[in-house]
Amino acid sequence: MASVLVLYAHPAPHKSRINRRLVAAARDVEGVTFRDLYELYPDFLIDVEEEQKLLQQHDVIVLQHPFYWYSAPSLVKEYLDLVLTYGWAYGEGGTALQGKLMLQAISAGGSEEVYCSQGRNRFTIRQLLAPFDQTAFLCGIRYLAPHIVYSANQLADAASIQPFAHRYARLLKALRDETLPLEQAAAAEKINDLIPA
Amino acid sequence: MHASHFFLSAFIYLGAAVLLVPVAHRLGLGSVLGYLIGGAMIGPFVLGWVGGTQGEEAMHFAEFGVVIMLFMIGLELEPARLWRMRGPIFGLGGLQVLLTALAVMGISMALGLEMKPAIATGMILALSSTAIVIQTLQEKALMRTDGGADSFAVLLFQDISVIPMLAVFPLLAASVAKMEQDGWLHEFPHWAQPLVTLGAVVAIVVAGQFIVPRGFAILAKTGLRELLTAAALLLIVGVALLMTQVGLSPALGAFVAGVVLAGSHYRHELESNLEPFKGLLLGLFFLAVGASLDFSVITSKPLLVAALVLALIVLKVVVMFLITTLLKIRGSHRWLLSLALAQGGEFAFALLSMAIQQEILEAETGRLLVAVVALSMAVTPLLFILYERVLAPRYTAVTKEERAPDRIDEHAPVILAGFGRFGNFVGRFMMSQGVKVTVLESDPDHVDMLRKFGFKVFYGDATRLDLLHAAGIEQACMLIIALADQAKVARLVTEVREKFPRLRILSRARDYDQRFELMSLGLRPEDTVHEQMGSAQDLAVRALRALGKPAYATERAARRWKRYDEETVHLLVPVHEDEDTYARIVRERRIELTQLFEKDIAELPDASDAGWEIERAEGK
Repeated sequence: MASVLVLYAHPAPHKSRINRRLVAAARDVEGVTFRDLYELYPDFLIDVEEEQKLLQQHDVIVLQHPFYWYSAPSLVKEYLDLVLTYGWAYGEGGTALQGKLMLQAISAGGSEEVYCSQGRNRFTIRQLLAPFDQTAFLCGIRYLAPHIVYSANQLADAASIQPFAHRYARLLKALRDETLPLEQAAAAEKINDLIPA
Repeated sequence: MHASHFFLSAFIYLGAAVLLVPVAHRLGLGSVLGYLIGGAMIGPFVLGWVGGTQGEEAMHFAEFGVVIMLFMIGLELEPARLWRMRGPIFGLGGLQVLLTALAVMGISMALGLEMKPAIATGMILALSSTAIVIQTLQEKALMRTDGGADSFAVLLFQDISVIPMLAVFPLLAASVAKMEQDGWLHEFPHWAQPLVTLGAVVAIVVAGQFIVPRGFAILAKTGLRELLTAAALLLIVGVALLMTQVGLSPALGAFVAGVVLAGSHYRHELESNLEPFKGLLLGLFFLAVGASLDFSVITSKPLLVAALVLALIVLKVVVMFLITTLLKIRGSHRWLLSLALAQGGEFAFALLSMAIQQEILEAETGRLLVAVVALSMAVTPLLFILYERVLAPRYTAVTKEERAPDRIDEHAPVILAGFGRFGNFVGRFMMSQGVKVTVLESDPDHVDMLRKFGFKVFYGDATRLDLLHAAGIEQACMLIIALADQAKVARLVTEVREKFPRLRILSRARDYDQRFELMSLGLRPEDTVHEQMGSAQDLAVRALRALGKPAYATERAARRWKRYDEETVHLLVPVHEDEDTYARIVRERRIELTQLFEKDIAELPDASDAGWEIERAEGK
């Protein structure tokens, strides 16, 4: 069994129906450590030692966040800037994260159609996540395709959100139980369709 | 009355209350039933310790308790809220009075009464007991449920409908025997009388709005609490007097006065000053009702009385049930409404004696009805028990999830003690975030000033437990203490922790010592805040920036320093409980602080910003 760390970052969680449901689903999965970054660090003063310790203790790192300007909310960037230090995560002697898995669980406002070369956003989400992919690569982490909830703003009621929450919970369980086809998951555009039922 | 006689009666009444109410309460019967049983036992028909004309005197005197109660209910109801209740008041209330009166009238005529007495009986029995119902609803915390609020609306309409009833009664009189005319209303010509009545109500509104708050402000400045209590009683007695003079119900007048003063910041002060009087007088009232039970009527025709009581209750329940069906009121709400209002009311006693006096009803019928009404009141607590134990659980079990939220609560969930130099920032910011805060402030000048700026601030000393009660501490989720006086803070925390151990308390602290003191009284470390640290740091940050330090880095360093200091306090928490160690640490504070400074310099600068160093980051 692998240990899973979910780092959740949403600056206005009270306004996100979808993320509230996903969070509830993630918290319920046994063997998952859940950290709400904006709740822990409202002042952006990230406890680097503590976070490094947690990263080392887990095998799988999930960054759960909304897709803001084709990237993550700023606290996620702050987290990467501060926690992934030279000599620890990368560079000379920086091997703490070697061999771990990382993926992102993203909620996007746009539909799947707008995220392609012909669409309004010109790139797929996976393409836009290249900086995260490369960050993982530099640290020796295996980067998997993201879990994506498209058109998140239009999922108004509990009934339409619930299937996504269930799927997310199944993803976390599959990561924990190591039942995901990793080769495919690393190569795919999104992990959505690879999650075992 | 003879002095020793007075002491004797007082002793009997108080003794009955103190002995029997706790027993009734313990058995889950509620205080009202305890008082009624106590009253019946000391009354003329069991022990005979009190009663006769003296018992009636006690009853009349105690009716003032009902007046105070309605005043206090008015205090909780701002005009806007009252306006929102107009639907239930006139819809539910109007239907209830009209249909019940008609049904009782029909049955009375079927039983052989003539038309006019039947009309009178219908009107009299349509009323329910404001005193018993409200008292029981409050005791069982049902006042804020939909059923409770609607019950209150119906009771309010009944109180209003007493006015036309009193006007109709002389028309029903068999003989033209004049009812005793008192009050100055009759000195006016006929056409002017409604105007005088209206004028009296307007006078109450105007006085409540403009004169009374000023008066209270002046009295508050004297700092003599009993003066405020006296003024509050004077106000109610005055209103009651005026109302009886112009032919309105004193209770209704007191209610109007209460509503007018609901927006005043002396509201909580009034509530806490009047609460003991209301409680005692209402208790006395219930005792008197119990004592007035005429067992000779009951024992002479036990079956008839029992049948009539049962018929009255069943009829009232059925009528209300039909109305709720008509108005599509469902669930436990309809049961509460139907059962709560199924008794006769205290106004019935006055109306019945008037009806006998004016020969509308035969004396025997009248006495029979008095017994029926009194017994139906005595049965009410049992109906509430039926509701609570049998009917309500059926609904809560199934519909717990979808239960309607409580009505907009009268009491804000957060109480802020002190709105001075510190508290005003706390209150202003919290209110800006949409949190309702009940503010208690003891400086009358301050209160007036803040009120001008549109804040909802109440006058009173926050360390007084009764004021906290009035401010709704039972319903509050949090108490924030922003008082400067350390001894007061400690006293307040100790008392509140003892009475409401689950209430979260946050407090301002003058220094480290007071923070530890508060923690040792049971507050969480993060719930105590050093009152000067934030502003001192702000100033230091500005100074550093003026010296040319980079803005973001300095701001960030300040935040980190604050957290570091907080951690130090947390480290010291376990030691401060040990008195010797604590004393030693207090003595060593200076040294400690120096070490803190040294540590600040040694450890803090780049403790967690390593990732930002440029030459290494370039390697990424």
